[in-house]
Amino acid sequence: MEINQASVKPRMPERKKNNIIKRTIGEKIFDTFNVIFLGLICFTFVYPFWYLFATSIADSSKQAMSQIWFLPQYFSLDSYRNVLSSKFVYLGFMWSIIRTVLGTAVALLLSYHFAYALSKRYLPNRNFWTLLLVFTMFFSGGMVPNFLLIKDLGMMNSIWSLILPGCISAYNITIMRNFLMSIPDSLEESAHIDGANDLTILYRIFVPLSMPILATVGLWDAVGHWNAWFDAMIYITTPEKQVLQVTLRRIVLEGSNSLVNLYGEEVQVTMTPETIKAAVTMVTTLPILIVYPFIQKYFVKGVMVGSLKG
Amino acid sequence: MKSKEAQLAIGKKKSGFRYMLKQYWKYRGLFMIMIPSVIMLIIFKYVPIYGIQIAFKNFRLKAGIWGSPWVGLDVFRKVFGMPIFWQAFQNTLILGVMNLVIGFPMPVILALLLNEIRHERYKKTLQTISYLPHFVSWITLSGLFITLLSPSTGPVAALYRLVGAQPYYFMGEVSTFRWVLVVTNVWKSIGWGSIVYLAALSGVDQEMYEAALIDGASRFQRIWYITLPSIAPTVTIMLILRAGSIVSDNFDQVFNMSNAAVYKVANVLGVYTYEIGLKNMKYSESTAISLFLNVISFAMVMLTNTVSKKVNDYGIW
Repeated sequence: MEINQASVKPRMPERKKNNIIKRTIGEKIFDTFNVIFLGLICFTFVYPFWYLFATSIADSSKQAMSQIWFLPQYFSLDSYRNVLSSKFVYLGFMWSIIRTVLGTAVALLLSYHFAYALSKRYLPNRNFWTLLLVFTMFFSGGMVPNFLLIKDLGMMNSIWSLILPGCISAYNITIMRNFLMSIPDSLEESAHIDGANDLTILYRIFVPLSMPILATVGLWDAVGHWNAWFDAMIYITTPEKQVLQVTLRRIVLEGSNSLVNLYGEEVQVTMTPETIKAAVTMVTTLPILIVYPFIQKYFVKGVMVGSLKG
Repeated sequence: MKSKEAQLAIGKKKSGFRYMLKQYWKYRGLFMIMIPSVIMLIIFKYVPIYGIQIAFKNFRLKAGIWGSPWVGLDVFRKVFGMPIFWQAFQNTLILGVMNLVIGFPMPVILALLLNEIRHERYKKTLQTISYLPHFVSWITLSGLFITLLSPSTGPVAALYRLVGAQPYYFMGEVSTFRWVLVVTNVWKSIGWGSIVYLAALSGVDQEMYEAALIDGASRFQRIWYITLPSIAPTVTIMLILRAGSIVSDNFDQVFNMSNAAVYKVANVLGVYTYEIGLKNMKYSESTAISLFLNVISFAMVMLTNTVSKKVNDYGIW
């Protein structure tokens, strides 16, 4: 199961080191080309974010005429000052954090409990409950019935409208269930004989053993919540309660300039400067850019677990 | 695990309502654990499915889902009679096919090229970097690409000017917008998509390569006769799984990257469902389209699963 990029073995390291069989000229050309080509590809992954960063630290009034390639000629942190002084940006940041933390916690709790029950062979009507769950992976009510439901429940403008509808993910639960099924029954049996109840067994025996899968699914949920926007766009109508992604959308894609107060601008600007847009985007994306190198290995593990049939 | 009673019960009568109730009583501890999740599942997944009935009703907000009168298939007739619906359907299909034909082989190629890199640290770094776009939302990426491709300030336009060409507004032209969608989609998903193939490549028996080397096989021959056949099953499975997604357009991407100038090609069913449903409040029509799409994609999943079982002996269930 431990197939991730770390264990992708180098091909014939011994042989290559000893150079028993020399590479032909064609192969050498190919290798050089390959190394350079893939380097360039990776450059295209990094450059857009770098360009964004460079734009965000440019002085918008002076930079306008000259092209930014790697660093701006005129440096200024005004954009960040503008953006961070905006009430909507920091409220959005706060709501995004609340949503991510609370949403992940609720989703993990409910999903893990469900997965635990489904992983037990003695669960009555186990196939029925599994089917009830898996069916939702392929069939859903769609946009409008979901919207009407949230409206009827009175959850409009509530943080719960962003947390509860997505908390039961059939895919995540199936993965957790498969993981739990690989834990031997004997552990549980002895605890049952000792008179422990189901909840105790769940938290004392299974949770400690499930840490890898909990971390993986929890991080999926967290990144998903941080990046989610559509539900917030339709369920949250008060700008003060809006999450960061939607505020970002309003500023960057819809060009709304009422959300950032452009103080210090002598001329009243009618269009949000590129530098401000870049700074808001940086503020929204930075948390992801910072944590991604550390969490990506859990994601990779998850992909491997998910692609294998349990 | 089974107590004496239960074993006796099995001997007597395995099914039956009373037996079932007894089972639930016996395992009530376990059952209680999943009850909150089941309630959530029913409220937030099954109530909306129940709400699909408004596709067969003339829905009015005041009357609600219950009170609105049934109209049979009138809503579907109305929707299918609209040219703009067919335009959206066509756009969805074209985009789906383009994404499949161009987007599908790319991660395979990337994995093959990465696999040829001998320097381990370099390879790992490249891989980690290639995952980066996967973690970023389409809102951020849309803003990013709009800036990069901007004909006035973007670096792409500046490159055009450097070589003396006229900058081109890729995102504002009907002829190029689809390509922007496809290329940016490849850009976002290529690294992530290659994980599965790299794992498959790492599982290839190394002795085969050594044997081939001794027989004097060239690099290309080794790739062609060993590597490719070895990962062919994985590729087939991924292709079959992916085939069902032709009708599911990437709403997040299209909705955020589109603008009024390219509406003719950016109007995909996902966007259209949103516009008539939540913007124009035509709830019944919107739900009808959702249902139509859902039925198609469900049928595709069933079909691909059946095919997959026949071809590979491997199904999703």
